[in-house]
Amino acid sequence: MRRFSFRTLISEAFKGHKGWERQWRAPEPKASYEVVIVGGGGHGLATAYYLAKEFGIRDVAVLEKGWIGGGNTGRNTTIIRSNYLYDESAALYDHAVKLWEGLSQDLNYNVMFSQRGVMMLAHNLHDVRSFRQHVYANRLNGVDNEWLTPEQAKEFCPPLNISRDARYPVMGAALQRRGGTARHDAVAWGYARAADAMGVDIIQNCEVTGIRRGADGAVEGVETSRGFIATKRVGVVAAGHTSVIMERAGVRMPLESFPLQALVSEPVKPVFPCVVMSNAVHAYISQSDKGELVIGAGTDQYVSYSQQGGLHIATHTLEAICEIFPQFSRMRMLRNWGGIVDVTPDRSPIIGKTPVPGLYVNCGWGTGGFKATPGSGHVFAHTLAKGEPHPVNAPFTLDRFRTGRLIDEAAAAAVAH
Amino acid sequence: MSQPFRLATGGRIDRGRRLSIRFNDATLEGFAGDTLASLLLANGRHLVGRSFKYHRPRGILSHGSEEPNALLSVDRGPGRRDPNNRATMVEAVDGLVTGSQNHWPSLELDAGEVNDLLSPVFVAGFYYKTFMWPRSFWEKLYEPRIRAAAGLGKAPETADPERYAHLHAHCEVLVVGAGPAGLAAALAASEGGGRVILADEQAEPGGSLLHETSALIDGMTAEAWRARALETLASRENVEILPRTTAFGYYNHNHVALLERLTDHLAEPPPHLPRERLWQVRARQVVLATGAHERPLVFADNDRPGIMLAESVRVFVNRYAVAPGRRIVFATTGASAYRAAADAKAAGLEVTLVDLRPEEDCGAGLQTLRALGCEVLTGHTVVGSQGRKRVSGLIVAPLGADGRVGARRTLPCDCVGMAGGWTPAVHLFSQSRGKLRFEPAIDAFVPGTSVQAERSVGAARGVYELSDVLADGHAAGADAAGRPSERAFAASPTPAGFTGIPLLPTDADPAKLRAFVDFQNDVTAKDIGLAVREGFESIEHVKRYTTTGMATDQGKSSNMNALGLVASILEKPVPAVGTTTFRPPYTPVSFGALAGQSRGALFDPVRTAPLDAWAEEHGAAFENVSLWRRAWYFPKPGEDMRAAVARECRAVREGVGIFDASTLGKIEVVGPDAAELMNRLYVNGWSKLAPGRCRYGLMLKEDGFVMDDGVVARLADDRFHVTTTTGGAARVLSHMEDYLQTEWPDLDVFLTSTTEQWAAIAVQGPKAREVIAPLVEGIAMDAESFPHMAVRLGRVCGVPCRLFRVSFTGELGYEINVPAGHAREVWEAVLEEGQRFGITPYGTETMHVLRAEKGFVIVGQETDGTVTPDDLGMGGMVSKIKPDFVGKRSLARPDIVAGGRRQLVGLLTEDAALILEEGAQVVADPDQPVPMRMLGYVTSSYWSEACGRGIALAMLADGRSLMGQRLHATTQEGFATVQVVEPVFVDAQGERIRA
Amino acid sequence: MLLVTCPYCGPRPEIEFHCGGEAHIARPAEPAGLDDQAWSEFLFVRTNRKGVQAERWLHQHGCRRWFNALRDTASDRFLATYEMGAPRPSAGGEELR
Repeated sequence: MRRFSFRTLISEAFKGHKGWERQWRAPEPKASYEVVIVGGGGHGLATAYYLAKEFGIRDVAVLEKGWIGGGNTGRNTTIIRSNYLYDESAALYDHAVKLWEGLSQDLNYNVMFSQRGVMMLAHNLHDVRSFRQHVYANRLNGVDNEWLTPEQAKEFCPPLNISRDARYPVMGAALQRRGGTARHDAVAWGYARAADAMGVDIIQNCEVTGIRRGADGAVEGVETSRGFIATKRVGVVAAGHTSVIMERAGVRMPLESFPLQALVSEPVKPVFPCVVMSNAVHAYISQSDKGELVIGAGTDQYVSYSQQGGLHIATHTLEAICEIFPQFSRMRMLRNWGGIVDVTPDRSPIIGKTPVPGLYVNCGWGTGGFKATPGSGHVFAHTLAKGEPHPVNAPFTLDRFRTGRLIDEAAAAAVAH
Repeated sequence: MSQPFRLATGGRIDRGRRLSIRFNDATLEGFAGDTLASLLLANGRHLVGRSFKYHRPRGILSHGSEEPNALLSVDRGPGRRDPNNRATMVEAVDGLVTGSQNHWPSLELDAGEVNDLLSPVFVAGFYYKTFMWPRSFWEKLYEPRIRAAAGLGKAPETADPERYAHLHAHCEVLVVGAGPAGLAAALAASEGGGRVILADEQAEPGGSLLHETSALIDGMTAEAWRARALETLASRENVEILPRTTAFGYYNHNHVALLERLTDHLAEPPPHLPRERLWQVRARQVVLATGAHERPLVFADNDRPGIMLAESVRVFVNRYAVAPGRRIVFATTGASAYRAAADAKAAGLEVTLVDLRPEEDCGAGLQTLRALGCEVLTGHTVVGSQGRKRVSGLIVAPLGADGRVGARRTLPCDCVGMAGGWTPAVHLFSQSRGKLRFEPAIDAFVPGTSVQAERSVGAARGVYELSDVLADGHAAGADAAGRPSERAFAASPTPAGFTGIPLLPTDADPAKLRAFVDFQNDVTAKDIGLAVREGFESIEHVKRYTTTGMATDQGKSSNMNALGLVASILEKPVPAVGTTTFRPPYTPVSFGALAGQSRGALFDPVRTAPLDAWAEEHGAAFENVSLWRRAWYFPKPGEDMRAAVARECRAVREGVGIFDASTLGKIEVVGPDAAELMNRLYVNGWSKLAPGRCRYGLMLKEDGFVMDDGVVARLADDRFHVTTTTGGAARVLSHMEDYLQTEWPDLDVFLTSTTEQWAAIAVQGPKAREVIAPLVEGIAMDAESFPHMAVRLGRVCGVPCRLFRVSFTGELGYEINVPAGHAREVWEAVLEEGQRFGITPYGTETMHVLRAEKGFVIVGQETDGTVTPDDLGMGGMVSKIKPDFVGKRSLARPDIVAGGRRQLVGLLTEDAALILEEGAQVVADPDQPVPMRMLGYVTSSYWSEACGRGIALAMLADGRSLMGQRLHATTQEGFATVQVVEPVFVDAQGERIRA
Repeated sequence: MLLVTCPYCGPRPEIEFHCGGEAHIARPAEPAGLDDQAWSEFLFVRTNRKGVQAERWLHQHGCRRWFNALRDTASDRFLATYEMGAPRPSAGGEELR
């Protein structure tokens, strides 16, 4: 792998950039692999990367139906934070934040992780109580999170409307300074390039059409649009399509897939210094390096694989944006799109074994999977390599829905994540 | 001289209405009917902006909504400035203040141009390869620099004073685009009388007919035909014509969103008009007559100001009577440029035309143009241009049959019109999820299989011949209206054929070629080559890596060239590379228009209880509880919240208080099977509850966790008066209806929400009975006849009432339910009667304190959706007799019956004066290392006036086993020592409540 | 925004409705008789099909009645809506717009 650096960039500039090589190969699938990852999004590619890097398993294929990073990885609003309430969640997401902090250097790919701070607005007494609970729990878990008065919140984010006359006045905010954003596409490409360099085969335009199981029920391989590939270990990391893939192995999942919309404005000069989330009025906003305001909208109410939702979801979101940031009313929506998010009953992911020997699943990230990408890939790689979960993902079993040990961040905090 | 480039005659501008605008430091004149673009060009202004990345001087490329370059800041007065307006779409208004963007210190002299010198470094995706060392520099140095350089205009800085409206409409046929195809479609569709909406983004309907000065239709001039068509449409009552209206989004089930711009074109808008109106149209059929976009040619330095699309030259000349230059060179790979050249020549401009195609392929236009005296070079390619802030020459060279590029020749000029062929505007079709089909004959994607009830017509589906366009429109309109018919039109021929070529042949070093594909985002052919070389082969990857097609024009002019380039590099056919997804909106739409009137007080409706006005008159502080506004406390002059709440609490404990409990949800459950339904929905049993008695009910979701609670009164064998939490009312009713309709339709029960019908006035305190007894008729008030948790029907102040003897305070108390319209008279009568006992109105805060002193939980405060009845110490309330109720099975799951669950306890701070923060976490050992083991958290915490100290409720792991233990709760400074106690702080025996 | 055909009221915009998820999952007659696995499947496991699926809809801001619908989750098109308690129509039924 040709290292990326300012020096190589300059030297290539003099040579007309003719010396850059493919960032990842386009190999034909081999007959068999030690591990097959189904899904070439950020989580799947990260899994392959850590399998090769941390566990020495390089005989790995990542099978992607379309083009890598083309699903939720390339469609989300890139918010990264770890100030979750429950110990299990805080550990999982903070594991990811720690990896984010060195990710550009680790991958030799600038993923533009920017710790601009994520500020969550409290608009009623319930929010205040809940956010204080988060702040204290985070402190004892070693996760940064602090409480701000409305005036402090405005100082941190000047466009914020803290008028007492607002329909839902800002009563304070919880700020995680280590939170922020990253460049979503670069995450997929950076992991792909680094994994490829260690021998992982990234195979695009390769749809998994079946999961073959032997007489003992264990996985024997996957049927694909490019032929059968033998393997004893399959990791399904297919986000919105998890139910579809798992059904091919005869496993029914506690998942539903919903359209989740996002939108960006036309680019403008820097005006918005951080990430702001307001659950009470449903608004999530930051500004990209390019200058676009990046705004997260909600999910549509029905299961859909269409990657297209209704206009009323976007208008509802923009009502909230104009309410909290009145100066943005004349900004214009440039693009509005949808992804497919797979949602579990407790809004927490499932990372681990399935009833089928050799079949592992990493899914259920709902509306907030991007932030976990490095941590998710890392613990899932551990699980695939060892056959047992990493301590961080041990609580996130499929079995918790049987036993009742749910990790219900949404119910606990009424905060989308 | 004013408007030196205005032609002496012609155009649709109103020469009688002169106007002037500001552009940067200059005042420029124009006429009504001008766009900013035509006005600027009339004044010889070609340099109007700087590009995104390299800050290259840029001019006006097009005449329509596809404009990538000419983006201006427009200021319409205080709070009315916004960036990134396409000069080609903004109508000139007298006094408008406009400015160019993305430069410092000025448009003419931009320091950012240094980026252009560094362009060998700043190639596609360069930022992914550097700025990584040292790590901390990304956020401190690199990123802020990149951000400052990026962006285009400046965001508005103050709130927007404008109004925006929403409108929903249904129609038989929605026609998008009022060009020849759209007009023909609307005419045919409206014949039968069904409602037709015709929307067009331009100020005037007509599309290409507005600049079609030579063509004839059915023997009429194009303009005469257009005028007659519009007259006919205007005369039909079933037709609505919407100019300045862009159909920007095509959603499910023929739901199409339109943006109508109402005031931006008016110098003095009438105050009653909103600025913009969002139409949401549900159309039975949609006709897409959205036309086509011209493709630029990709050659070295094709981005200089003065280089524009050939058809745009024609539009500026014919429609706006503006000469984009005096010496114009047209460069083309197709036929349509000949028409533009002829019109420019006819306007008295010097015209040369360069055609890539060999002489024999150039068609009839060639001879016509030569006959007009224009030089035409066939078989020539364009290899570059000259000039800096305005093009001064076009460098061309003959192209040999072997593909070799011959000797260069520079054609001096001050304007270039380039014509690279046509791309049908399939955006809305694609948004409707229709499948595109590649049509090699016209080198373009056209609508293939429709998925919704729509049809594309005319240029939008690659039909360019005017007579065919009209016939196509007619047939589609008639068919859409369910009255199929065909009609032939006679029209002048339309030259439209072209050779699609994504990059003009050149002899230059491809590594040094600055041939722009995406003008706004500064993406060159070289960048696309680099992306493909690095393995970005899917068009979506190329788009994301190079940012081509991601600018504010969404690649309307550039996408096909980018796609063609990728295909040619990969040596694959275009359809094998794929096409990008077209996402809404077609053109950018203001947030304000999308938000509409849902702002401020209308953002969410405010629900007010019947006594809200009284509370406001009496100085209440309010809090929001879901949609409700509730009186929080009633401060007297000089009192802060704590003092007011302490006074209110004392009044209830020692005398009597009055509280508006009307927001509590109320549901009337009626029918022979009412008790059975209640049995199935609540953890408790209801069969044995006697009419006239009340019971506290706890409701679970099927997952076993507490969903809601409230007092339920049985009024008769077959009638229950159910109360719910304030926030839970709608949810509980839906929950009940869901089970009743879908699981147990056999039960004979009716459910009616009565939340708004009953006002509930709580009178609480030792003197409560004495206060209300004189007002009550028909109810025996003594403790024996009317015990705690009983309900009686009677009259109070002459008003029929349901009188509950219930208490959420721990004191003797009543809740007087009267029809909401009588709330205030009853409230005031009680107040007056209570004067002698110092009756005190209290708000939700005091209600919370009083209930916490008694250890009464609030669902949503002590519970969070993960709490079982046993966790709350209410395990005993769960019926052991009932075989089933909603949530019962879930309570038996392994981790629900396992130890370690959080249980409700009371906490007392060691320092009596300290009030813990709600949300504080509790640990056993405050000195343990991080991450600490947390036992649970404080759910409620108040100053208790009755106890003279702070009290708290908490959910702690195995909390009931920790009674008496000393633990530690977090404070802002560190930890405070607390003692675990029973969750009841006042009158543990409950004697007062039964008084 | 979808156009949903309420069997009682006719076609209405989606914002009048609440989607209640997969249909034809009957509540077990005797939950106590189910083991934890079976109970958790009733509670949480969903087909989540890409293709035609039956689902529950409530005309919440209308007649407030629940009904069932066949909808293609890949295209979001409705194939049929039908009254609660009626059997699932065959998927090839005439498409409702």
